[in-house]
Amino acid sequence: MSMQPSQDIAPAVSNESDCALRVCGLRVELPDGGDIVADVSFDIRRGEVLGLVGESGSGKTTVAMALLGFARGGARITGGEIWVTTPAGEVDILAADAETLRQLRGAAVAYVPQDPAAALNPAMRIRDQLAEALLAHLPNLPRAEIENRIADAMAEVGLPRTDAFLRRYPHQMSGGQQQRIGIAMAFIIRPAVIVLDEPTTGLDVTTQNRILEVVRHLCDLHRIGALHVTHDLSVISALADRIMVMYSGRSIEVGRVVEVFDDPRHPYTQALLNAVPELQRRNALVSIAGHPARPNQRPAGCFFAPRCALADDQCRAAPVALVEDAPGHFVRCLKSGATATPYGKTLPDHSTLAAPTILAAEGLKVSYGPLNVLNGVTFEVRQGECLAIVGESGSGKSTLSRTIVGMVEFAGKGLTLKSEPLAPLARHRSQAQRQKIQYIFQSPFNSLNPRQSVEAILGLVYDTFFTGTAQDRRAAFVRVLEQVGLQEGSLDLFPDELSGGERQRVSIARALLSDPEILVCDEVTSALDVSVQAAIITLLGRLQQERGLTILFVTHDLALVRNIANRVLVLDHGIVAEIGDVGQIIDHPVHPYTRQLIQNALEADLAHRAMTSTNAQPAA
Amino acid sequence: MLWKTVFKRVVLGLCTILAVSVVIFAATNIIPGDAARAILGRAATDEAVAQLQAEMGLDRPLAVQFGSWLWGFVHLDMGKSLLSGSSVWELIQPRLANSLILLLVTSCIAIPLSVILGVLMALRAGRAFDTVANSIIIMMAGIPEFVVGIILILVFSTHLLPILPPTSMLPVGETLAQNLSILVLPVTTLVAAILPYLSRLVRGTLLDALSSEYVVTARLKGVRERDVIIRHALRNSLVPAIQASALSLGYILGGAVVVEFVFQYPGLGTALRDAIASRDLFVIQGVVLIFATGYVVFNLVADVLTILVTPRLRG
Repeated sequence: MSMQPSQDIAPAVSNESDCALRVCGLRVELPDGGDIVADVSFDIRRGEVLGLVGESGSGKTTVAMALLGFARGGARITGGEIWVTTPAGEVDILAADAETLRQLRGAAVAYVPQDPAAALNPAMRIRDQLAEALLAHLPNLPRAEIENRIADAMAEVGLPRTDAFLRRYPHQMSGGQQQRIGIAMAFIIRPAVIVLDEPTTGLDVTTQNRILEVVRHLCDLHRIGALHVTHDLSVISALADRIMVMYSGRSIEVGRVVEVFDDPRHPYTQALLNAVPELQRRNALVSIAGHPARPNQRPAGCFFAPRCALADDQCRAAPVALVEDAPGHFVRCLKSGATATPYGKTLPDHSTLAAPTILAAEGLKVSYGPLNVLNGVTFEVRQGECLAIVGESGSGKSTLSRTIVGMVEFAGKGLTLKSEPLAPLARHRSQAQRQKIQYIFQSPFNSLNPRQSVEAILGLVYDTFFTGTAQDRRAAFVRVLEQVGLQEGSLDLFPDELSGGERQRVSIARALLSDPEILVCDEVTSALDVSVQAAIITLLGRLQQERGLTILFVTHDLALVRNIANRVLVLDHGIVAEIGDVGQIIDHPVHPYTRQLIQNALEADLAHRAMTSTNAQPAA
Repeated sequence: MLWKTVFKRVVLGLCTILAVSVVIFAATNIIPGDAARAILGRAATDEAVAQLQAEMGLDRPLAVQFGSWLWGFVHLDMGKSLLSGSSVWELIQPRLANSLILLLVTSCIAIPLSVILGVLMALRAGRAFDTVANSIIIMMAGIPEFVVGIILILVFSTHLLPILPPTSMLPVGETLAQNLSILVLPVTTLVAAILPYLSRLVRGTLLDALSSEYVVTARLKGVRERDVIIRHALRNSLVPAIQASALSLGYILGGAVVVEFVFQYPGLGTALRDAIASRDLFVIQGVVLIFATGYVVFNLVADVLTILVTPRLRG
């Protein structure tokens, strides 16, 4: 175990000519002087994909943008070197003047944006946007050659190269097609390195898998290095050769994906890996108590120490350096290798409850104009169970959840709650019926009124369903906040003073306050970090047990389903494809659509990936 | 697809003009006093009034009156001036021509100038040029047009610097083309009136576009800054400027009454003012309906331009 200081590791590439990009001591500061990221060093070889993971606020996107000499929102790159290999030799991007930087962007380091719908110019045909990427660097390229290169690029990303398709505007394409254009635009000029910033967020699993395959293939084919930023560890295992984990603006563990996944040495990496639900077994989810410190409020020693079970005085005393723990495996931890979080236990699957029916749907039909979204959905929900509703985007699962709470009007025979019919729209239902079914929105970032304190948000629900003295009211708020793991002090806070996880807890508290029997949860963890997701899932499971709540859990994430659900309903084009026991459906799917879903999920599953990649070691 | 949309807008525009004409007709008929009494004066006997009403067709049902009035308007037959007895259209026509010249010259100066100024301010946002230009523009916006007009007259037409005519009255028998100097001060005043609004709008929308994801992406593709601004940012920030220009043009055509009055400019604004002063009913109706038509036409053109620069709207 060599104990080199982090500044020396960057040039440690075996073969200099093989290096596509190396970063030494990168530092990006806020206008007020606090650093967003500092002391970040790594390298990327030709044809290699480096996965960069971290939770929100870890600085992963800041590092990615810095590779293009770019910083967002007033931040400034104040230190370090970024050497990129160009045909003319190595160039330091951070030392380049404006014109050189422009020539490096796109040509030496290219960027694939997070949200292609926003990143493609809405008023330009895609042919012109692709041609622009070439002409910015090769202004004298003949017209015919441009057309050839565009056609090749389109073929590489699996899009039609017809004139009709190239004449399209971005809004005339699907999200997956838009992202393929984003990738084609980055690869078209054959840069040394490509930076991908969460390029598959918002795409469904099938599309995501196809797009990751394209990226992997093109990197191999053209020997292009890639930095792939994501919060999704399964994406890393699908795509990356090496992984860099960031926490609170520092790189805390760097190494080969297989090594880091098999033997995570930093306590944070260990916790992170154990927070990911698995598809093939029901693992105990680990959540990490506390929050990462904000810039300017970080502790003196190890930044993770306040949340670390192993931290001692030495950890808290002074900044910790990234050291090479094993060949090619770097860790920023004094306790490196010690087990802070043991590998998650396997828990028995939930089973179907023998309980009476609380909610029943019979032949539910919903259409938006001529578009039929639900084509006769029939199922029953048992009291106290968690029924997961799964399907790809467009399957109608969100519409179904909205229909149940009365936000979308249905036709057909309808819905019954405890054998009593429910009116299609919530405003026609009785007060008692509305009280019994509550809804939690997908994103806690826009489902809480930013101008209302938590007390006002809860107050609206209380005053709708109950009357009581001021003391009763406050006592009810405190009780419900306690149940979701928040302090009484949160009552005076506004949503923007809360973290994403805390906001979702407030949303859950708001739903619980009316004392409901059924909670409808629509993708409630998809906007949250994985460790926060673990905490919310644990909380929902506990509420189901303790309060006897019935939960309808709408999601596209089958691993999450295995963790929380008793039964699963698979929805395909507005029809129930399959419904049954969670273990049965995931391990022995019957319907072809379910099989396809499980197969796609398996391709993206972390544990499954890690296993297959151990068996087939890629060439070093 | 584009033509279908344009056709729809034209039909909608015609409906708008029809609705406005109903309002104009109703307003001028419902208010007390009628044309016949206005012509004959207070002292006229009821019989005389009734006779004139019959001559003018004012005794017919309102719906019939409206129909024949609108039919006439379409054929540029807006009746006869109650004051001079000559055809309303003959009276309005030269005024309309003068107003359109004022409109054309003003917009040819004000719109490009606003865009250039707005772009320069956006590109230098937060720096000295932006701050100074912003302050001057806001000051300009705060001064009423007639004050601007009077200041201009004081400076350029009195003993201070007597180089321009203080009023825009045409010598009898001459046309505007022979007296272009009379345009300078009214045009300057009108440019000063719409420049703050338009340029600040261009500045704001361009700033939004410059901070958009597609501009970041274009920069990270290595596109030259000039191309980033023109091809990506400016192109996508045109829509609000187009819409606002249409409103400004409508304002110049119809609402520039005050400016026309200050300079005694022989346009529609002064024609309307004179007609109101003398209760010249048919002239009022004709002028107001021309204003309304102008608004509709300008907005129609703006809508078509908007569709042309916004592919998403083309379906």
